[in-house]
Amino acid sequence: MSNNKWAALAAAAVLLSGCEVLNPPPKPAPPVRINEDPYPSTYVRYPGVLTVIRHATVFDGDGRRIEDGTVVFADGVIQAVGGPELASPAGALEIDGTGKWVTPGIIDIHSHLGDYPSPGVESLSDGNEATDPARPEVWAEHSVWPQDPGFSRALANGGVTTLQILPGSANLFGGRSVVLKNVPARTAQGMKFPGAPYGLKMACGENPKRVYGSKGNMPQTRMGNIALTRQTWLKAIAYKRKWDKYEAKGGDMPERDLAMDTLKGVLEGKILVQNHCYRADEMANMIDLSKEMGYHISAFHHAVEAYKIADLLRDNDICAAMWADWYGFKMESYDAIKQNIALVQNAGACAMIHSDDPNGIQRLNQEVAKALAAGRQAGINISDEVAWEWLTRNPAKALGILDKTGTLTPGKMADVVLWNGNPYSNYTRPERVWVDGALMYDMNDPKRRPVSDFELGQPGEGDTK
Amino acid sequence: MIRRLAAALLLAAAAPLCAETIAITGGTVALGDGSEPIRDGMVVIRDGKVVAAGNIRMKLPAGTQVIDATGKWVTPGIVAGFSRLGLSEVDLSASGSDDTSAEKGPFSAAIDVVPGINPRDQTVSVNRADGVTRALVAPVAAKSIFGGQGAVIDTGADMDPITAARKFQFVELGETGKDKAGGSRPSAYVLFRNALREAAELRRYAPPIASARTTPRSELERPLVSNPNESRIYGLEARRSEDVLLTRFDAAALVPVLQGRQYLLVHVERASDMLQVIDLKKEFPRLRIVIVGASEGWTVADRLARSGIPVIASAVNDLPASFEQLAATQSNVGRMRSAGVKVSIGMIDDNDTRNLFLERQYAGNLVALQRVPGATGVSWGEAFAMITSRPAQAIGMDGEIGSLAPGRKADLVIWDGDPLEGSSAAEQVYIDGVRQPLEDHQTRLLQRYRDLNRRDLPEAYRH
Repeated sequence: MSNNKWAALAAAAVLLSGCEVLNPPPKPAPPVRINEDPYPSTYVRYPGVLTVIRHATVFDGDGRRIEDGTVVFADGVIQAVGGPELASPAGALEIDGTGKWVTPGIIDIHSHLGDYPSPGVESLSDGNEATDPARPEVWAEHSVWPQDPGFSRALANGGVTTLQILPGSANLFGGRSVVLKNVPARTAQGMKFPGAPYGLKMACGENPKRVYGSKGNMPQTRMGNIALTRQTWLKAIAYKRKWDKYEAKGGDMPERDLAMDTLKGVLEGKILVQNHCYRADEMANMIDLSKEMGYHISAFHHAVEAYKIADLLRDNDICAAMWADWYGFKMESYDAIKQNIALVQNAGACAMIHSDDPNGIQRLNQEVAKALAAGRQAGINISDEVAWEWLTRNPAKALGILDKTGTLTPGKMADVVLWNGNPYSNYTRPERVWVDGALMYDMNDPKRRPVSDFELGQPGEGDTK
Repeated sequence: MIRRLAAALLLAAAAPLCAETIAITGGTVALGDGSEPIRDGMVVIRDGKVVAAGNIRMKLPAGTQVIDATGKWVTPGIVAGFSRLGLSEVDLSASGSDDTSAEKGPFSAAIDVVPGINPRDQTVSVNRADGVTRALVAPVAAKSIFGGQGAVIDTGADMDPITAARKFQFVELGETGKDKAGGSRPSAYVLFRNALREAAELRRYAPPIASARTTPRSELERPLVSNPNESRIYGLEARRSEDVLLTRFDAAALVPVLQGRQYLLVHVERASDMLQVIDLKKEFPRLRIVIVGASEGWTVADRLARSGIPVIASAVNDLPASFEQLAATQSNVGRMRSAGVKVSIGMIDDNDTRNLFLERQYAGNLVALQRVPGATGVSWGEAFAMITSRPAQAIGMDGEIGSLAPGRKADLVIWDGDPLEGSSAAEQVYIDGVRQPLEDHQTRLLQRYRDLNRRDLPEAYRH
């Protein structure tokens, strides 16, 4: 309903109230529905052709490996996945995958491409609205600069087809995240993953207390972090109660608050919590806090101590996004170990790799290779094909898009990478990358090499990067 | 068991193992000199030095300890081409643990990293456990374009980390230099020239140092500054001009740079900055310049090659992360190499206090580029040399470290596979011929938390 209509209804309600004594009480005005998607995705998949890749080693992202595998996709979706017996449909473009690997496109659940783009100058630094520790009202998509050259590097060198762009971690409530298809576009809306739920970036630990404590403001301590987080949720619960009542019974529309809208979305289960949290004890605090306030944490990010509480994560169905070997750059990362991901997997919890870095995002497959090897050296035997879940299936789950992508399953988006060798080798690169069945990168075709506006006319425009 | 092992290794480290000859046989041997790996090779070390390595067969003295490395790889230890290793335990908000820079101190060029090196930093042991055995360690520039004097260290589990103190001076002449100089590159260059002028004046006025040798060997060596941190080499009569910006110590520290007796590592990324540095070399021919960073090096590779200036490059930077890196590409190293530039790999501003173990991953990525049309990669042997002998060569130390050539320090690693693959790990690490413990904070945490089942006592009792 438009604002004008609402104003007319409200005016009518005022006129009617004058007759209260004479007439039966008026029916309250019906509730106005708030538009929950005011910046809708305008992404439209690019054209693709009926494609069959044969004789490749396939990791389907769901823990399976197929030798001499066949993958068929058309009309933007996976049609069939199987062995050599799978017939090629008539008219299909057939690609010989001998000696090559096929996997689902990589999903980076933690990226700042677009909101901390290259070049990393002050004018383009749009990741932290560090003006108040609770800023759930900001949306990362409004900071995303689609011309960040980093997107193309993640595609061509990293085989990344989907990524979550998060606000930074200066705030306890950093704002909404946005999930993008890694396809060049003029607008952020043109990259938005259709139907992906929003995320809420939350943070615990050192960053919020350092940023605000150093200004003499709350939070200055970890207990301050928790107190302010709880206090903010209490406001959100009261806000939701008001709106629930209004949406059920109508009447006077409560005042809208963008910050509270986001938190209400979390309490309703529509927005997924993505919680930056390093230390085991702090993750445990956040789990209790989420239960106290009535929401679920989808994933802990930078969870370097996840291995200490892998059982707790498993029992609470919380994913952990981790690095392979980053350690010690701050106190809360001091206890990082290289077996973290393998130990979390081994405990039966949901393990993921993540980058948080425009360089690291180009090598997430290699990061998993290191984490896998570290686990094996400690006697934790996880297969190559199961470890691929850390790159695609599990991040898709934590983003609420597993029904759409993340595994090579018939009917899902054809987000596919053909690697020129074993993707766990440092000697391997993406040879072709498809997004929704459209060929977006081809190592052998300079025309399939995206160049951002920023790079036009610069030295090295269109170069291999 | 583990503790007993650690104790045994400590004993081994303390004892003079040197007399023993060790032969490592059956493994794939990479020499680190740019050659390709040799199957079924042998490495013989004695007295902490390499005796011979490669496709050799020799009669071993009685009592030789023979290590069977069949199925393994045997290589020189990784030499971190540019790092801040050993200067910081924790980089952010951990007061007391970071000695990389002195923002509030009065000195610049005179700063010497040696007192800051803590061989017990976890950063040292973590990298040692991943096969990094030596590192070039530079200070971070604080108030001046000059960061101070860097050292070469080993990562051994002992209290003597310094291989070569005050091996080089470090200066920022790109974007960082511009900031340190008050806001512009021209200002940075004036500061640089002025600093060398002040050093030259000291050289002219200073008396010869008091030593047994009364006559300097040449004007070039007068005064003979063996240790620029020794103030007494400049007597009271060492007059200086009125207009001085540098402290006496800082000016003194630049005398060996000016004389070409100490290397000068210059951090620049932009192509035009590199050309300026090449010109500096013409202006001050005795400077022994090494360029660090060099993201746009490939665009002026022919001129870099002609200058003869070695480059310690960041290996896989491919983003226009700043306006001095617009032409960045992973092919940078390969293209410079093809043009004849003496290239090696370093880690400047890339987790350089701690993630030096990434160098072997980066080197592997350069090998991968050989199969990407339009890109320029490097061969396996060359990539491996870029993280072993080439950085040593850049500062004239390849006669001592970085390869398995006879006479080199016996720094070697036995890997369970190809060291340029992330799936491979270091199984045994030797520094100066001494086998090193590979335990650290991380491996101890792993042992404690490997199994989360509740036991009779809390986790804190598992050690």
